Amino acid sequence: MGRYDRNMLCLSPEENDSLRHKTVAVVGCGGLGGHIIEMLGRLGVGKIIAVDGDVFEDTNLNRQILSNMENLGKPKALEAWKRMKLVNPDIELLPVYNKIDENNATTILQKAQVIVDALDNIGGRIILQNACEKLKIPMVHGAISGWYAQITTILPGDRSLDKIYSDVKDGEVKNLLGNPSFTPALAASIEVSEVVKLLIGRGELLRNKMLFINLLNNSFEIIEL
Amino acid sequence: MIRVKVRLFATLRENRDKEMIIELPDGATLSDIIKHLNIPKEQATLLLINGKFAKLDEALEDNDTVSIFPPIGGG
Repeated sequence: MGRYDRNMLCLSPEENDSLRHKTVAVVGCGGLGGHIIEMLGRLGVGKIIAVDGDVFEDTNLNRQILSNMENLGKPKALEAWKRMKLVNPDIELLPVYNKIDENNATTILQKAQVIVDALDNIGGRIILQNACEKLKIPMVHGAISGWYAQITTILPGDRSLDKIYSDVKDGEVKNLLGNPSFTPALAASIEVSEVVKLLIGRGELLRNKMLFINLLNNSFEIIEL
Repeated sequence: MIRVKVRLFATLRENRDKEMIIELPDGATLSDIIKHLNIPKEQATLLLINGKFAKLDEALEDNDTVSIFPPIGGG
């Protein structure tokens, strides 16, 4: 079968096959999460747990790859499942139509080898980091706002979000910069490359480092945390 | 007095220079820079001194480079 031929050379045959036995949880199936699920599914990651408690609305259409004119009002997690049935029926997508919170996070995420942050709020991200700490599972953090994006990989014990969002009150920051189509797609790609490196145990991770992207000025900077 | 280079990121550059040199009294902290630049505290959530994570009350030295980032939290 030619499905994974073009993964080769970038991944060894063994690495490629190993992805079939991995489980990755994607928390959030919107701007970041839609692209992340699409890429993980096409790569052939065996099991994807897709978590989102929202339904699609028309304001999602400018950027959320899983949204379209026919699925407005439908749960994002279930639309992710439908999409993967079309794209790659070799893999299994487990939709979780529920918002992640302190009570359900560890139960939903416990089977994952890597957890991907594709949320749209800081409070949810802190809950996710706490769950990853408890479960001792690595987490790939990505966030965007307007022309800006940031990505870092957090291993158990690192608690990098405590530094990135130090002194953020109420766990919330209003997004005053908008969400265009290109920033989440770029951040999602970098998050997925971090996930793959974690899964195959090769390459250099953005651990205790954060890639900060400013597309307005074309600056890509790695900062130490 | 100490001279510190300050680099601002993302929206903090709006109506401010991207990079600047600021003179501050000896013993000044990151918190003093934020006040000096009129940046609301909640807009300066990630601070670096010479490329490394630092806390608001950390004291600065002559020729330090300070980087200030706003919170980015969307998806």
